[in-house]
Amino acid sequence: MKPFDYRRAQDVSGAVALLSADPQAAFLGGGTNLVDHLRLGVVAPGLLVDVSRLPLDRIEPLEDGGVRVGATVRNSDLAADPLIRERYPVLSQALLAGASGQLRNLATTGGNLLQRTRCVYFQDVSTPCNKRAPGSGCAALHGYQRYHAILGGSPECVATHPSDMAVAMAALDARVLVRGPGGERGLALTDLHRLPGDEPWRDTVLAHAELITAVDLPPLPAGARTRYRKVRDRASYAFALVSVAAVLVVRDGRVDDVRIALGGVAPKPWRAVVAERALRGGPATEANFRRAAEAELAAARPLDGNAFKVPLARNTLVATLRELAGGTPR
Amino acid sequence: MTQTRARLTARAMGTPLDRLDGTAKVTGTARYAYEQPFAEPAHLHPVQATVAAGRVTGIDTAAAEAVPGVLAVLTHRNAPRLAGTGDAELAILQDDRVAFRGQLVGGVVATTTETARYAAGLVRLTYDEQPHDVELRADRDDLYAPESVNGGYATDTAQGDVEAALAAAPVTVDRTYTTAMCHNNPMEPHTTVAVWADGALTLYDSTQGVYAVRAAVAPLFGLDAEQVRVVSPHVGGGFGSKGTAHAHVVLASMAALVLPGRAVKLALTRQQLFFLAGYRTPTVQHIRLGADLDGRLDAISVDAVSQTSRIKEFAEQTAVAARMMYAAPNRRTTHRLARLDVPVPSWMRAPGECPGMFAAEVAMDELADACGLDPVELRVRNEPAADPETGRPFSSRNLVACLREGARRIGWERRHPAPRSRREDGALVGLGVAASVYPVFWMPGSSARIRAGADGRYTVSIGAADLGTGTWTALTQIAADALDVSVERVDLRIGDTAFPRATVAGGSSGMTCWGSAVVHAAEELRDRYGHEPPEGAEATGDTGENPDTERYAMYAFGAQFAEVRVDADTGEVRVPRLVGVFAAGRIINPKTARSQLRGGMTMGLSMALHEHSYMDAQLGQVANHDLAEYHIAAHADIGSLDVSWIDEDDPHVNPMGSKGIGEIGIVGTAAAIANAAHNATGVRVRDLPITLDAFLA
Repeated sequence: MKPFDYRRAQDVSGAVALLSADPQAAFLGGGTNLVDHLRLGVVAPGLLVDVSRLPLDRIEPLEDGGVRVGATVRNSDLAADPLIRERYPVLSQALLAGASGQLRNLATTGGNLLQRTRCVYFQDVSTPCNKRAPGSGCAALHGYQRYHAILGGSPECVATHPSDMAVAMAALDARVLVRGPGGERGLALTDLHRLPGDEPWRDTVLAHAELITAVDLPPLPAGARTRYRKVRDRASYAFALVSVAAVLVVRDGRVDDVRIALGGVAPKPWRAVVAERALRGGPATEANFRRAAEAELAAARPLDGNAFKVPLARNTLVATLRELAGGTPR
Repeated sequence: MTQTRARLTARAMGTPLDRLDGTAKVTGTARYAYEQPFAEPAHLHPVQATVAAGRVTGIDTAAAEAVPGVLAVLTHRNAPRLAGTGDAELAILQDDRVAFRGQLVGGVVATTTETARYAAGLVRLTYDEQPHDVELRADRDDLYAPESVNGGYATDTAQGDVEAALAAAPVTVDRTYTTAMCHNNPMEPHTTVAVWADGALTLYDSTQGVYAVRAAVAPLFGLDAEQVRVVSPHVGGGFGSKGTAHAHVVLASMAALVLPGRAVKLALTRQQLFFLAGYRTPTVQHIRLGADLDGRLDAISVDAVSQTSRIKEFAEQTAVAARMMYAAPNRRTTHRLARLDVPVPSWMRAPGECPGMFAAEVAMDELADACGLDPVELRVRNEPAADPETGRPFSSRNLVACLREGARRIGWERRHPAPRSRREDGALVGLGVAASVYPVFWMPGSSARIRAGADGRYTVSIGAADLGTGTWTALTQIAADALDVSVERVDLRIGDTAFPRATVAGGSSGMTCWGSAVVHAAEELRDRYGHEPPEGAEATGDTGENPDTERYAMYAFGAQFAEVRVDADTGEVRVPRLVGVFAAGRIINPKTARSQLRGGMTMGLSMALHEHSYMDAQLGQVANHDLAEYHIAAHADIGSLDVSWIDEDDPHVNPMGSKGIGEIGIVGTAAAIANAAHNATGVRVRDLPITLDAFLA
């Protein structure tokens, strides 16, 4: 790896200032993704600003009944937190479905959101990749496609976002708090990541030196049942082929409220707004679940190597809603 | 030539002795190759080709050489000339040709691993890139028949009239099966520390055979065998990939020659293993079976296609098990190869038998279906009285006992013959069976030396290898029984060419060959010095010959049973239970043996459900070249794993009565799982790995 400097930030404003002063600098969280990339030559920052020990490691209840998760809270701690397990079991399930115990012990909340695609071509600097090397082409379009997108891709890039946690947060209407050189701002988690379009190297809407400081989770509607279902080739320690995070409220046999996000199918956590619209107010039946899933997936543009994900996503979504509609609350 | 006079009486053999190297390993004091301590070692990082075919036209090493700490940059323009280049896999950096993507085209030596790796990334190469061809298909028009296939087996065989028998058979199966390209991926990557000093080359190498490495390396550099010492006391897995020296050993040796007196350390990265350390070739197997209505086979035909590299032939013996497994008067087998612009294939646990028995044993399941017969019963009905290929009697063959015991253990009587009959908690559940087989190889060429020490102790030396398999322990048990002393009085020394010559740890032959040498050395010692030899008394013995290998067909057998659950919504395939019952002669150490068999079955499950090196045809390389994307089974994939064996007394195989267990555990596992998946779902998967896509509706 290219030699680099290392600084440990003392506070949030200091961290932001260090990056503002150096366009070649990068924030370092748990390092579970970035350090791999340093070794592989995927990125070569001149300065790493370690933000993992900033005082952003609290999980606090909010007055509105929600919860604020600090950006440096480790994935293991977040998954095990009583408040999270009580109020947002879908988030705890998603976290525990991701990576391995060792990685979860290191990975931070902010870093998890900002982790980069695991596309095999993105990670191999000897191959073309528009995300890593703009204009070099996309090897995945004619190559290994099992983990690639069926929704939201572009001719430039079909890589998926690999996070499980972010999929649950997308379904929970989470908001991301960001501190940058110009001050603080908040945005919906579903607006954090962007689709590749013709600028696949831009994963998120964040500007250089903007630092995620927290994620706010609003309270769930009364009577909500939640579930994270991850489908993968290997029983553990594998990225999702398809995952579903769902929040469902059924009253008198009808869908009162529903929030769905899909993972493993798109360049970002994919909020299934088409399916939600189709479900809301309608009968909570398997036939309806299926229609809604098919409506969402009508926009799917699978590749030869991942066409199976369309029926897989449909079946997984139907199965998850079926379970939530029939199961006991939470 | 030494020959066994009496069978060894088991005292230590057969007891579950704890691993003698266990304490050293768990306390971190067992030194693996890379861990040999040296003052100021140099570190080597390879430079690999980024095209799959062509020539290197330009090399710019200036940026790499300018990095502080870089000691040398090797390319074909300045690398030492090799004396012998007969093995093109090893003849690296001798010219500008590129025969596969990832081939070694250079190396950077530096004072730290980080510097070497960084500088290696700064070496700029330009190429005259030529079109490449990496796709294995059975309908290629350039397939060829090798002179023989690995193990010295005939490429093609034919007995009787297969076509007529198939035409006349009331029941036939005619299907094509494929197995995936797989990479061995031992936990310890391939590592070499090379030191050139005082006219001698010392290699601390992670290898399955110190003598095999010496035999490969010495002639390359024009050295006498005695000028090359190879040391490898502990190895963290090999699965065949460390059975021969690969090109990185040559690169490390070259770097040592360039930096005399300084230890040069090389550990391949996980990614590099996918290009440089061999792999299991993918196979395409066309199988035709003909049988009567009662399931009695009349014809077996297997046409196996696999790949080899442009620069070195490797001919997987895929169809050999079909030649001897079941009784059928009419049999034919063929092997064909496609020569491709790919890395050199090599051995991977049970080469030949493992991919071959996947196809054959799924075909048998299809035949059982077609005949309306129980798959266990079908195999019992086709049990041959003697080896169908040679006509020789089997030295022992207990396949039927394994099938019966396995059926009892898995609860086979509760299996529904009709697919899709059992549904539990949203999953379709089924049971499947397959047979296992592996030959008993007798490889001459090992010697052991036993020296009597003080206090009734004995030092037993042999250049054998322990890959984590248990050699340290099991060979000590054999020596103890051969000397008729307790294991505490035996000091075993292995893994060094300073000790007598030993054959490679391959073909499940280690215990047979090394154990026989140890037994013969002990006989010699006792003959000459009696039971109280003076301190310093020494004797050697070699593997010798076993005339029974010409009189009997010698194989280990086994039966594997699987319970498979397929999620009715998602198609996710899980294997909550595997049962393996084996008949492999005397088990020297039940504890290490159980571990090896369990490991084999785990690897078989991994092959069944996960392992697939995806060849990117455009780039000409394996795309998923790390352990995030190349899946091997995780702990969560393994449920109940029930390993047992039949007590088998075989007086013919060797003095110990043992057959070797390193490989048979992986043979048949994938077929048992595929057959169980069919029983669960009604979907017949003929292509490995078995993934959820096959079951989605």
